[in-house]
Amino acid sequence: MADAYPKTPMLDELEKGKWPSFVTEIKMAAADNPMGKDLLGLLERSYREKIGHWKHGGIVGVMGYGGGVIGRYNDLPDEYPNISHFHTMRINQPAGWFYTTEALRKICDIWEKHGSGLTNMHGSTGDIILLGTTTDELEPTFDELQKINFDIGGSGSDVRTPSCCCGQARCEWACYDTMGACYDFTMAYQDELHRPAFPYKFKFKFSGCPNDCVASIARSDMSIIGMWRDDIQMDKDAIKEYADGGMDIKADVVDNCPAKCMDWNGKELTIENSYCRHCMHCINVMPKALAPGKDRGATILLGAKAPIVEGALLSSVIIPFIKMEPPYQEIKDLTERIWDVWCEEGKNRERVGEFIQRVGLGNFLEAIEVEPIPEMVAHPRENPYVFYEEYFEEDDGSED
Amino acid sequence: MAKTVEEITEMMYKMISEAQGIKKLKPMDLTKAMKQLLGDEFDKKTCKLAIKNLIDTGRCVYTYFGGSFIELPHKEGAAND
Ligand code: SF4
Ligand code: SF4
Repeated sequence: MADAYPKTPMLDELEKGKWPSFVTEIKMAAADNPMGKDLLGLLERSYREKIGHWKHGGIVGVMGYGGGVIGRYNDLPDEYPNISHFHTMRINQPAGWFYTTEALRKICDIWEKHGSGLTNMHGSTGDIILLGTTTDELEPTFDELQKINFDIGGSGSDVRTPSCCCGQARCEWACYDTMGACYDFTMAYQDELHRPAFPYKFKFKFSGCPNDCVASIARSDMSIIGMWRDDIQMDKDAIKEYADGGMDIKADVVDNCPAKCMDWNGKELTIENSYCRHCMHCINVMPKALAPGKDRGATILLGAKAPIVEGALLSSVIIPFIKMEPPYQEIKDLTERIWDVWCEEGKNRERVGEFIQRVGLGNFLEAIEVEPIPEMVAHPRENPYVFYEEYFEEDDGSED
Repeated sequence: MAKTVEEITEMMYKMISEAQGIKKLKPMDLTKAMKQLLGDEFDKKTCKLAIKNLIDTGRCVYTYFGGSFIELPHKEGAAND
């Protein structure tokens, strides 16, 4: 099986159509690397039999690190010997995914030498994913990657590789330096990234504005989303230009404002900023005329996760506004208080969001020393988890 | 007197050895056990350093089975040669 190029009628179907095909990519890799051939054969067989043939291997890694390598073995090693081991390495991507072509070529050269040559750019957490190598090749790959200044990312019960949008590097809407913050947190929490010590994974994602291009609100335990707290900036001449150019400002902008806090009288646009929900809709539709305010920082939200052990959660507001200035000490202090409580009381494989649901937000806030505030309530009367102790003391439970 | 990193390392190593094959221990289980054993002498940072010691010397390894654990190095059932 290993030497013959396998027939793959089912996989071939996935090459039809105009979109890129991972099957084509594996076939290209198979031309030079026997791992690719066996991978095609095993995948075709899995499709035919409707049975997965991968076993999870729990011990592989590099010396001193507890994350970043995901062990994989196939359960038919005699038939597919070249992918008997097929471990994945997660490599910490640069902030904002900015590379030089030279860096990319070096990564690919290293991976062709030590692994299958197949990559996934990028995994859902953001890492560079190097697919398929043997246990013996892990340390040599790691050594070579370190020489070109790349390090392994997170996996298991640790801080996962933080990720961010391109922020101020390319985007005028960035309310803080997402790349700077992402790099700072990555370096500050190296120990937590490489030495799993938590009940389960913990993800940071940094978005420069509420457009949230890295989907932090859905995919990170701590979402740090750029925010402004003054008025939306307006350029009246540019608004007129949009109107003169045929934009229906009432239908396309004002009527779609979720806060219903905008008005257009045919000549002038007004915004009642105190009601604005910072959704970015109007700014996205009229980018030349509107922009986030000048008093910028971030909102911190907590608790998102994809459905694994339990259902999906979006993160919810824990700090409505904070200035984002290095070294971000206030956020780090908050993060460490959250970790302390979660590590002490959290169950195995319980994400922070699930932990908060179990213990109740009121108890959690008390434990991390954060005061409950109205911004934490999604809808009035829908989140009855905040109790005012003074109220009970004064009232003493007796009826008037 | 507070225990040294080396002493905690040995206490943790003993726990891991005794639990091997019976119960998988997470780093937090080790830290919590030290807290119980040492009472007022407990120091989280020393525990962290002791775990680092166990891993960096190769006496123990991290393993992953749905969550991350610390065990003695061994060949797993799932591993191919
Ligand atoms: S999240 Fe906002 S600041 Fe970041 S890239 Fe997207 S639009 Fe720009
Ligand atoms: S950002 Fe959203 S809520 Fe605020 S004014 Fe614009 S459309 Fe309305």
